[in-house]
Amino acid sequence: MNNDFETLSVVDLARYYGRRKALAQVNFTCRAGEIIGLLGPNGAGKSTLLNILATLISPSRGRVEYGARTAAEGGAEVRGRIGMLGHDLFLYPELTARENLVFFARLYGLTDVEAAAQASLARAGLADRGDDLVAGFSRGMRQRVALERALLHEPRLVLLDEPFTGLDQASTAALVERLRERQQAGCILVIATHDLDVADGLLSRAIYLKNGRIVGSDDDSRGLSERYRLAIQ
Amino acid sequence: MIASFFRVAWHVMRKDLTVEVRSKEVLLTTLFFAVSVVLVFSFAIVREGRAPDDVAAGILWVAVSFSGTLAMGRTFERERYNDTLRALLLAPADRPAIYAGKLLGLLVLLALVEIVLVPLVGLLFNAPILAFPGRLAALLALGTLGFAAVGTLFAAMLVRVRSRDTLLPVLLYPITIPVMIAGVRGTAALFQATPDLAMAQFWIGLLVFWDAIFITLALWTFEPVMTE
Repeated sequence: MNNDFETLSVVDLARYYGRRKALAQVNFTCRAGEIIGLLGPNGAGKSTLLNILATLISPSRGRVEYGARTAAEGGAEVRGRIGMLGHDLFLYPELTARENLVFFARLYGLTDVEAAAQASLARAGLADRGDDLVAGFSRGMRQRVALERALLHEPRLVLLDEPFTGLDQASTAALVERLRERQQAGCILVIATHDLDVADGLLSRAIYLKNGRIVGSDDDSRGLSERYRLAIQ
Repeated sequence: MIASFFRVAWHVMRKDLTVEVRSKEVLLTTLFFAVSVVLVFSFAIVREGRAPDDVAAGILWVAVSFSGTLAMGRTFERERYNDTLRALLLAPADRPAIYAGKLLGLLVLLALVEIVLVPLVGLLFNAPILAFPGRLAALLALGTLGFAAVGTLFAAMLVRVRSRDTLLPVLLYPITIPVMIAGVRGTAALFQATPDLAMAQFWIGLLVFWDAIFITLALWTFEPVMTE
């Protein structure tokens, strides 16, 4: 069976924490080559939804289909096609950038881990800083290493939680370029962000979340701020 | 499948030990705490160079369990910082292999602590640690394994809980009582004036039994408990 998938379908998804409803009746489908933006205020359920898509949280109701399979059916094979960049970057500050990349390359079962790490460092523009501890990096440099860590195994589904936070203009532009490149390569990218200025023009589709529910969606991501304001109000 | 399990466990353990070699944070904290516990007991109990009979085994295991709890908490605090535990769980590896790697890393650290702790207890409490070194090593290894197997699972479960430092010992100590009893009684049987080897052997057998149960349960439950 082909482990890869062309579509990601979220079907009647709900997640409860005790009596608190974090997500309810969430439905949407994404296709290869799309960049989906999850937009909404704090507590709207964006991170919970990303964690469910990443198979780190089980839904209370409904399902996520990675192609024809759910996470439970696909297990490690589905996880191997997902890359995630969390708000907390998922890097060990006591290790060098290269050691971080090599460690995760090994966990993902890549064959030539040193070459993969070197290529990732080059893409991050940190080929000459690969043997420096991540603890000594700026936020922008860490973010670039973290993004390459998430993309190391060339995942089909890329999940990004507030990827533009704390980045200067040049780093943001580089990140946007890298995301567009992955889009061209046929990845499905799902981005949770508050940064509407950056998202404007980048997204294939915007999904507006409020109190755990989808309150609107938009296929034209230009002029996003105004439509976001109307959807969320 | 099995090769992949051990490969992932090995990489996780190696990563933990590399981080520890750089920071020395967990080892030094745990070691100083364990040595302090033994010293405090020796100041309180030892009179004119003589310790009361049968206290050395208890003090050794108190130091191992308290310092082990400290090490477990600190090891997973590292994974909480920058949320790297989520990155580990997201990898296409058997999730129990992640648990096994964390457990192995912790066991190496606790073994290093015990290498210092055991001679210190022998010195301060006149315990005959070299009389039956094989059996003593077996008791310590098996007891530490059972204790750390449960502790690693609980520390991973509690990594995102705010009161994790309080909850870890509250959950850990009652469940590991059988291991502690076997460790203390087995070690006491070796340290007493007339060593009871049959009794030590009995407690070693019991430790093997408890370890098998604890490790099986931990490997079985790790994935469901870590997927919220």
